[in-house]
Amino acid sequence: MSEPANPVERPIFCPFNIIAGIIILVGLGITYLRFTGGLGAVTNLDDNNAWGFWIGFDLLCGVALAAGGYTTAAAVEVFGMKKFHAALRPALLTGFLGYSMVVIALLYDVGRPWRLPYPFVWSPGPTSVLFEVGACVMLYLMVLFLEFSPMALEWLGERKLRRVLVRLTLLLTIFGITLSTMHQSSLGALFLIVPSKLHPLWYSSYLPVFFFVSSVAAGLSMVIFESTLAHRAFSDKMDEEHKRAADAVVLGFGKAAAFVLAVYFAIKTFGVALDDNWGLLATNYGLWFLLEMIGFVLLPCFLFVVGVRDLNPTVIRWAAFLTVLGIVLNRLNICLIAFNWQLSPADRYFPHWMEIGLSVFVVTLGVTAYRFIVTRMPVFYEHPDFSEGH
Amino acid sequence: MSISRRRFLKSLTAAGVAMAAPRPAGAHGEFAGHPESYGVLQDITLCIGCRLCEKACNQVNHLPAPEKPFDDLSVLEKHRRTDAKTYTVVNRYDIPSYHRSPVFNKFQCNHCQEPACLSSCFVAAYTKTPEGAVVYDASVCVGCRYCLVACPFGVPTYEYREPLEPTVRKCTMCYPRLLEGELPGCVEACPQQTMLFGKREDLIAVARERIRKHPSRYVDHIYGEHEMGGTSWLYISGVPFEELGFRTDLGTTPAPKLTSGALAAVPIIIGVWPALLGGIYVMTRTKEKAAVRDKDSAVRRAIEETQAAADQARKQAAEKAKVEREKAVELAVKKALEKAAKESAEEGS
Amino acid sequence: MSEGFHSLQEFMTHTKGILYLLSLGYLVAFVLFWKYLHDRENDDD
Repeated sequence: MSEPANPVERPIFCPFNIIAGIIILVGLGITYLRFTGGLGAVTNLDDNNAWGFWIGFDLLCGVALAAGGYTTAAAVEVFGMKKFHAALRPALLTGFLGYSMVVIALLYDVGRPWRLPYPFVWSPGPTSVLFEVGACVMLYLMVLFLEFSPMALEWLGERKLRRVLVRLTLLLTIFGITLSTMHQSSLGALFLIVPSKLHPLWYSSYLPVFFFVSSVAAGLSMVIFESTLAHRAFSDKMDEEHKRAADAVVLGFGKAAAFVLAVYFAIKTFGVALDDNWGLLATNYGLWFLLEMIGFVLLPCFLFVVGVRDLNPTVIRWAAFLTVLGIVLNRLNICLIAFNWQLSPADRYFPHWMEIGLSVFVVTLGVTAYRFIVTRMPVFYEHPDFSEGH
Repeated sequence: MSISRRRFLKSLTAAGVAMAAPRPAGAHGEFAGHPESYGVLQDITLCIGCRLCEKACNQVNHLPAPEKPFDDLSVLEKHRRTDAKTYTVVNRYDIPSYHRSPVFNKFQCNHCQEPACLSSCFVAAYTKTPEGAVVYDASVCVGCRYCLVACPFGVPTYEYREPLEPTVRKCTMCYPRLLEGELPGCVEACPQQTMLFGKREDLIAVARERIRKHPSRYVDHIYGEHEMGGTSWLYISGVPFEELGFRTDLGTTPAPKLTSGALAAVPIIIGVWPALLGGIYVMTRTKEKAAVRDKDSAVRRAIEETQAAADQARKQAAEKAKVEREKAVELAVKKALEKAAKESAEEGS
Repeated sequence: MSEGFHSLQEFMTHTKGILYLLSLGYLVAFVLFWKYLHDRENDDD
């Protein structure tokens, strides 16, 4: 209910703009090379390793880390936990931008991006898990756009259209949670078809469940992580309610994350037991698996517990950061590191610097858009004309 | 709430039971493949590594000329795989313990009965033809390369250097030639008749017969009979298959079966989640409303009680004031009467 | 037993195709059903 701070006039050549500018220029260069020289000109992909960093990081990690949208919406709109309301708009914005970035990255990775609609309008392959992923991501992006649009409409002063969209909130939220459950788990299901290529410690018939549960932890942690960054960078854009709620969000989400990570650890253990893979834990890959599970699942879980019990938001923030790293590690393991584990070292894949460069470019686009939006639209504060919102 | 809570919970339980006991999607029967399906039986013991099959494949498919010509057998020193310009390769395996070493094996698409490439393609770019060949349609391909990921044999290849119109490349079993009644190029070109083209069922019978007739010559296994649900390209060998670079740990589960469970969950989530989430929403709202109502009535009652107590206190105070006033009046009257009595007594004397 | 389908792939293409369409229809029907049930109660809820 307080007045939003006036948008600070930032100089054109501030450090963020310069760095972002360089990254964007490099990205444009890579774009040119990609569409004149093919994937081979900018990636280290080959016939043995057809999916690389862009799929492993931009798609798999991107979707998992954008999960804050549906988890926060579930908490606030479905479970009615009003105290997290301040976290909802930032989470939805991140979700919307995150999925948009995933689509942009896909435009580079697939051979003929203009044909991406083909499976859904022309020639469906319904037995493909990728069909389901594509359909859900497409629909969910639309849902996120509609959930984000009231923020833009408030900025533009469009009352009537905004009211129509706000009435759709519950429907969009439920649809969004359903779609998210499906595509988060389906990203894991993509790898069900390759038991012969994915290391047994990561391959499981439970892959879809693992991906879904870990996406919840990822979403909760990203909300905490981003609120930490946002409070440092954009606190002048935040109203009192938002600032006051910050710690409540961190504590509440931290508690939830503790549970989810504990459950995740347990079911991953069940997965090892199901296939009787205990002996594999003593191998090199086994140690790597244990590092992922103990260092990046069990440890953050423990830290979340400590932070919640001691009412210490700082510990919780570190736990969230570790969880995010753990999710990234898990997705990269399944897609790149534990995948094709049986190939000889000469045939293994490592990303080309331009693959990483392009991913940084895409993330930068997202961060730039985020910055533009939060400094102008009512994300961290309530627009004075629309405070009948809750 | 119009749906009775009991009915809602009952449907939840039913959904839970249904989800807890996942059944694999698909019929309970076996699928036998197309009855007229052709295949190729590759007798590895006959191959001499001349690479004439590679040359024929290159010509029939109008592929670009390779760096080293086909009669250059030095390429056999390294193991090669298929690539965007090479649909088939012959590799050499030196096996000291085998009296017929070196062994040569021709590698190409196995034209599976239940192809993983087909199952994984989200734009239906692959077709398992009735003739048995697994063919690829570049006109719909989006270039996602999931088929390259999915193929357990590592067969399909991709044109990574093609910027705008890249395609997947692999052996076609010379499908156009099959339709003309001709043999695949490699089968026809082989001087040793290493490969035999025919109905898949017949080939399996031939293979079994050869193994039966010459048990010391062959390993007792037809590779491709059951692997990944069976392939149309079948192999018999004089040495164990794993020594020739074959994956022998693939199992017999066909690729579509590997994902059918996960895919089956999709419509169930679509069916159950909205009801579940909607139900939670209604339940939390109802609880909230009930809590608000309770709070309101408690507040109202508190106000009423306070009001009543205040009224009571005021009434009592009023009563008390009245009594005191009456007493004061009485006292004043008494005093006045006494005074009057005293005055009249003084006047009287 | 094969019901005209020669492979598991053919069978699944058929069933999954139908299921996707049914799911779409279900979602629409669900929303309408929900609205129908909640309409009368908007006054006392």
